[in-house]
Amino acid sequence: MTSTLTISDLTKRFGEVAALTGVSLSVAPGERVALLGHNGAGKSTLMKIILGLIPATSGAVTICDATPGSAAARRAVAYLPENAAFHPALTGLEQTRHYLALRGEDQSQAMALLEKVGLAQAARRRIGTYSKGMRQRVGLAQALIGHPRLLVLDEPTSGLDPVSRREFYALLDDLAAKGASILLSSHALTEVEARTDRIVILSKGRMVAEGSLPDLRRRADLPVALHVTARNGYAPDIARALPGAILVDGALHLTCPQAEKLETLGRIAGLGDKVADLEVLPPSLEDLYAHFSQGGLQ
Amino acid sequence: MIRILSTARTEFRIALRNRWVAIALALMAVFSLVLALAGSAPTGGLGVDRLSVTVASLTSLSVYLIPLLALLMSFDAIAGETERGTLPLLLAYPIARWEILLGKLLAHLAILTLAVLLGHGLAAAVTLWSDPTAVQGLPALWRLSWSSILLGATFLGVGYALSSLSRRPSGAAGLAVGLWLGLVVLYDLALLSAIVADNGGWFTTDAFPVALLANPADAFRLFNLTASGATAAAAGVGGAADAIPLWQSLASVLLWPLAALALAAAAFRKVTP
Repeated sequence: MTSTLTISDLTKRFGEVAALTGVSLSVAPGERVALLGHNGAGKSTLMKIILGLIPATSGAVTICDATPGSAAARRAVAYLPENAAFHPALTGLEQTRHYLALRGEDQSQAMALLEKVGLAQAARRRIGTYSKGMRQRVGLAQALIGHPRLLVLDEPTSGLDPVSRREFYALLDDLAAKGASILLSSHALTEVEARTDRIVILSKGRMVAEGSLPDLRRRADLPVALHVTARNGYAPDIARALPGAILVDGALHLTCPQAEKLETLGRIAGLGDKVADLEVLPPSLEDLYAHFSQGGLQ
Repeated sequence: MIRILSTARTEFRIALRNRWVAIALALMAVFSLVLALAGSAPTGGLGVDRLSVTVASLTSLSVYLIPLLALLMSFDAIAGETERGTLPLLLAYPIARWEILLGKLLAHLAILTLAVLLGHGLAAAVTLWSDPTAVQGLPALWRLSWSSILLGATFLGVGYALSSLSRRPSGAAGLAVGLWLGLVVLYDLALLSAIVADNGGWFTTDAFPVALLANPADAFRLFNLTASGATAAAAGVGGAADAIPLWQSLASVLLWPLAALALAAAAFRKVTP
């Protein structure tokens, strides 16, 4: 399958500052890719290059066989900027109708689009009176216009409440199921964890990790945390049996490398009745993210 | 085409809500009425009809007011989008930059046209009501109307260019006011003082006509005064109207809007969101 977005060896410099260095990435149709990185890691710069808003210093980007910024590429790509902004004097409906016209779509779809993002009630109010979350919804509505082959979403769920976030990801799932590729950046790592197929971590303009979540877990080889709750009075016994464990609020916390996980679990099982409960906590995406973005190695 | 028209409709709506339409219409209506009423007094001695005299006054008014209105409407066009943060999204849409500019131009030009037609219409109505022979002045008024709209297009284009060049609307507003003062007020003063200092030398005979044609506001005034033969009613640098052939000032009036819009397109192309 040919990919919707292909980036090869992309470099962007602003004068002396290297914003992106040697980034290569491809996104297949229907694939949802999350772009993670600190502020200033180069996420927004990468998105702007994909959209053709700024030129790359070197390297190549193709979107559905077109160059970024060309008419064909712009027809294929929908964009949601970070902190979506609109003219405050227009109503949500007027703004959406305008965006429909710019994409050559039927303007009568505007109300249906706003309903889809839960903004039908406020459609005839001026955007100047909207909250941040409502503006973000207008941004989502315009990103859904037409049948974009690639959605570029910069912090799409910022300003949305948890329920709206879930609805938003459900919309994305629909689009992805129909073959749209999705590239989104987010700071809400837990959402990204559940809702994307692949994760790309940028650090200081370099791609430091790329892969599915289990893939990244395996590669990072971070220690697994184990929380053992002892039956009344057996905590000291267990602590003796498990060197390195520390007592926190009546539970024993210990960590072990991935390779020793099963062996450690066996030892705990061997303690029999002394153990009331056991929790195994795999490294979270936060841990992985910290590991890769600090380590800076592939 | 749909993209340009939708942009124009959106911009017109914004201007309507920002009261720009009301301000432009009210300004033109009030000033035109005042001039039509005041200009009706001293006609007998000049041997021309009242409307022709009013057209001469309206010409002087338009030289100041039309560029001012045009710059006020256009300074925010690009810098405002940049500051609000709406430009990156707009430029990610399948609309060319020139189409965005053309859409804005259509809306702003429509507002100026409405204002000009309202002002001139009121002036004509008042003058014709008091002096039936004033129909002789209608061709001059018509000429003033379309050349005013072209003058507006010129300054809209220049305003878009300034708006593209400055990063903030406040900066663009400063540049716009500066440009207005420079081209409309100080330019003439500088020319007059140069002529006085030159005392009929090379500057007065060779450089002065070129300098007048190079300034869109002066060319507009020259064109209207020359065409209506109303130089007797004009003062200041407008008095030079007889010395410059009509086709030259007409060419300047026609070419400036194109040049200004080309400038705007070039400046907008350089904007990186």
